Amino acid sequence: MLATRVIPCLDVRDGRVVKGVQFQSLRDAGDPAERAALYESQGADELVILDVSATTEARLNSAKTTRAVRRVLSIPLTVGGGIRSIEDAARVLDAGADKVSVNTAAVLDPTLITAIAQRFGAQCAVLALDAASVPGAGGAWEVVTRSGRERTGRDVIAWAIEAAERGAGEILLTSWDRDGTGGGYDLELIGRISGAVSVPIIASGGAATTAHLIEALKAGASAVLAASIFHDGKYTVAQVKHELALAGVRVRPQTSETAQPL
Amino acid sequence: MNSPAAPTDTPARKEATNSSPRVVVVRTGIANTASVLAALARCRATAELSSDAAQIAESSHVVLPGVGSFGPAMEELNRLGLVDVLRARINAQRPTLCVCLGLQLLCESSEESSSVRGLGVIHASITRFRSGRVPQLGWNRVEAPDRAVLVASDHFYFANSYKLDTAPPGWTASTTEYEGRFVSAIERGCVLACQFHPELSGDAGLSLIARWLHCSENALGSATGREAPNARALLSKGH
Repeated sequence: MLATRVIPCLDVRDGRVVKGVQFQSLRDAGDPAERAALYESQGADELVILDVSATTEARLNSAKTTRAVRRVLSIPLTVGGGIRSIEDAARVLDAGADKVSVNTAAVLDPTLITAIAQRFGAQCAVLALDAASVPGAGGAWEVVTRSGRERTGRDVIAWAIEAAERGAGEILLTSWDRDGTGGGYDLELIGRISGAVSVPIIASGGAATTAHLIEALKAGASAVLAASIFHDGKYTVAQVKHELALAGVRVRPQTSETAQPL
Repeated sequence: MNSPAAPTDTPARKEATNSSPRVVVVRTGIANTASVLAALARCRATAELSSDAAQIAESSHVVLPGVGSFGPAMEELNRLGLVDVLRARINAQRPTLCVCLGLQLLCESSEESSSVRGLGVIHASITRFRSGRVPQLGWNRVEAPDRAVLVASDHFYFANSYKLDTAPPGWTASTTEYEGRFVSAIERGCVLACQFHPELSGDAGLSLIARWLHCSENALGSATGREAPNARALLSKGH
């Protein structure tokens, strides 16, 4: 039986891990490779790096970051942020990513998802879906792009279904209303999206406690992503997984059953 | 605290082998080769990418990495003229590690690309998961039988929509549960094919790669397809 994934996320800007509420007022949270190695040793099941650099030049550094992280990381690595073309995706994969996540560029040109899935396989194509509730419309969310700066008016459910049909192998679902607030994931949103598609959903945005993670899994998420609870040292990944296990969630043991000196 | 420059704090990351075999990773242009090369480097193996048929035929150890889909991957192996070379290595049970799609390519066909013929060293057809979240993404437990020399029961990382359903005759099969039981790894002599990604499976994966790197034609003697007792003495899988 598949274990539930706990995925720390590194938002990286100009080669450093940053954290902040809704990408505003970013604070430094260390070196990406050091963080990556630390989280793997704590039992992280995967790692996501989102490059939130403002400029194209800074993004060229993101390949450098990916290479540095890959050297120390023996678990899957998803890289996103500023991927606009199949060539960008290939560069990121060459640098050491196992999956690429696309958001803004895919909304502008959905065939980007198709192209990545056809060339590299569906398991490689991650749709980063940033959702914000539509004011005054209860239970409706729209897709937001450009790190939350642009509301597209596009319905999130329809977009999730289209992306999965085009070959996205999983959906990294971030609630823009909750991100950075610590108020818990948007459970209704998770339930709606996970009910609409058969690909796995990674819940993101708003987690402050292990109870929040458990709620998201019950709502239909296959995996949970969090950033600040790990960066702040509030929890180690191991502590989170221990608490999930106590709550009856199947998680991968922190230590391999068999690894030993040869 | 871990230092990223020296990830040697866990047993699996200690030097895997004194002889440090040279490994050729088949360059298909569509795989996550950077992760495969990084894992081999952590096992202290010298590895290089190549699509040269002669080099792939001669190298002591070869990795056939696999992401992408069945049809395009076979097309690429055909275009590069690697089909016969790979078949010969696998039939001779020479050290060859086939990852993920690499396992599926050993079969005759796949539901993913129904008109395309695979390497056909295994007389089986690959099928798609019929229920549950597809693709299977994440860590699942692999159960290895006692007679398995290379694979040990542990959690490994999977990313697949297609799978092999039944153990092929002459191979030792490990299995995993996902919407039913499927074959998650097969081994025969020094050939190891894994549906999961050992290069992304942390210490468990590195240990497995290290055991495969230890596997040499000399250690196995003349391979017969049966269990090789002298290999068991050389390869410890930590039971």
